Amino acid sequence: MRLSAEGVELRYDRKVVARNLSLEIPDNQVSVLIGPNGSGKSTALKSLARLLRPAGGRVLLDGASIQSLPTKEIARRLAILPQVLTTPEAITVEDLVWFGRHPHRRTVGAPSPQDREMVEWALRSTDTAALRDQYVDQLSGGQRQRVWIAVCLAQQTGLLLLDEPTTFLDVTYQLELLDLLARLNGEEGKTIAMVLHDFNMAAEYADHIFVLAAGELVCQGTPREVLTKETMRTVFSLDVEIGVNPRSGRPLVIPLRRRPVSLPA
Amino acid sequence: MTAIAPSPSPASTAASHRTARGRWYLAAAGLAVVVTAYSLTVASVPLPFGDVVDALTGRADDALSRLIWDYQIPRIILCWAVGAGLGASGAVLQSVIRNPLASPDVLGVTRGAGVTALFVVLILPATPLSLLPVAALAGGVTVTVVVYTLAYRGGTTPIRLALVGVAASACCEAVIRFLLMRYPQNVNGSLIWLAGSFFGRTWQTVAITVPWVVVCLPVVVFLGRRLDVMGLGDPMAVGLGERAEGTRRLAIAVAVVLASGAVAAAGTLSFVSLIAPHIARRLIGGRMAALTPMAAAVGVLLTLGADTLGRGISPPLEIPAGLITAVIGAPYFLYLLMRTGR
Repeated sequence: MRLSAEGVELRYDRKVVARNLSLEIPDNQVSVLIGPNGSGKSTALKSLARLLRPAGGRVLLDGASIQSLPTKEIARRLAILPQVLTTPEAITVEDLVWFGRHPHRRTVGAPSPQDREMVEWALRSTDTAALRDQYVDQLSGGQRQRVWIAVCLAQQTGLLLLDEPTTFLDVTYQLELLDLLARLNGEEGKTIAMVLHDFNMAAEYADHIFVLAAGELVCQGTPREVLTKETMRTVFSLDVEIGVNPRSGRPLVIPLRRRPVSLPA
Repeated sequence: MTAIAPSPSPASTAASHRTARGRWYLAAAGLAVVVTAYSLTVASVPLPFGDVVDALTGRADDALSRLIWDYQIPRIILCWAVGAGLGASGAVLQSVIRNPLASPDVLGVTRGAGVTALFVVLILPATPLSLLPVAALAGGVTVTVVVYTLAYRGGTTPIRLALVGVAASACCEAVIRFLLMRYPQNVNGSLIWLAGSFFGRTWQTVAITVPWVVVCLPVVVFLGRRLDVMGLGDPMAVGLGERAEGTRRLAIAVAVVLASGAVAAAGTLSFVSLIAPHIARRLIGGRMAALTPMAAAVGVLLTLGADTLGRGISPPLEIPAGLITAVIGAPYFLYLLMRTGR
């Protein structure tokens, strides 16, 4: 495993989110963290990306404690797409994607041919090359999210973490984005770990699912192993039926309303 | 296959941006040379340009070359250093604090420097004048350290820095008022200093000020791309390999030293550090790598222009440069407020 958390304690100031959380991100797979609000899934992802320093335990990247590695060095191995992003005013798509090369460049000096190549590749891979001269703040939500992924791709890392990348997107764009990530995993072998809200998106795209509740890892495994009536009831307090997606054969979570309503005959 | 219209190649757009920027840099440099040359001719008595050239080439009489070399030239060099320092410092702070209305005033630099300088002038009048800049510098840096410490809670946020800075500035302002009331005997000199003036500055002040600027200015220019990355928000900046808090601390520290040095040399030249970055941004856009040098250049033009104007309006009377920048700056500031308020 390239990236793992070992017994980490996570907290914001005094508020403890997790006491003793361990998880290992499987290499070259798509993993998804799910859990109810406040379960600590985003916090866990942040600690894996060294955005939050654990109060106890440690996060390991390639066998070394992530807190002991220079942050620039980490940025060449691991890219993170945070949930909250600030788009600079009047910046073009291409200029934004160039920021992805930051960890590879020196403070002073012209970009290398490899920098250019990676930016071009990132633009092509995310299908944003045609938008390169447009201003980012004038793009649609789906396009903008693809541009941000291009920034992460330009970082040229094997690991890509994403914190709720689909939250503000229409279903069409959610699928488009997740398809893109699946392709990056399939073709480039990128290890992807992300937080998602939607069970069925997780079921459809994840190789491995972590279920978190109250800062603890409740269960993990393939979508079929994890997305069960039992998990849904205990973790999410949801009554569900589990069906099967007729195309992919993956589980389909159908939430049921609480009280049966009798319809007029 | 669908035919896709060829988009302009990346090289060509990047290059066109670069030439546009280059043109503005050239224009600013050209203008600076013209204003500098003109400024040499403005003194308590108007100096014909030919005489100035004579003095510069060593063909003038003693009195004239003394006037040029001992008064005009150090003063102009100081305008350059102070203007560049204030402009660059404002650009960096506006970027770090993420507030277009930020300036060294917001962090308390200006008022802090004012307090210690007045303290020295009014309470320790025996202190040699050469220590005044040192006192001002110490005050500016101290207040900023206090502001940063008070705003720090396992990291700072731009808004907390700004709020604590405004509060600290108000406290310093209160101390300044108190000192002026309590020690009225030397109030005139203090007021001129507070207004911001280059009157009577000599090579001595140049020698204390210029090294600060020469050392700090390249540092903030080289910080440009890192500050641009910081503009993406702390999480993304860390993701791209910046130690967010460390970079912020470094940028603030260098900007504050620049601003304190400038305030120490010329007093509180109001609005230059606020407005220079705005003008520069309008000309060449908001990317820090390009903006910081341009803001420095605009700062030079504003400062030098204000000082030249102050000397030239009604010689031999001199109007402090800080009053001129305030007269130009205040309306511009209001205009900015109205635009950002919308």
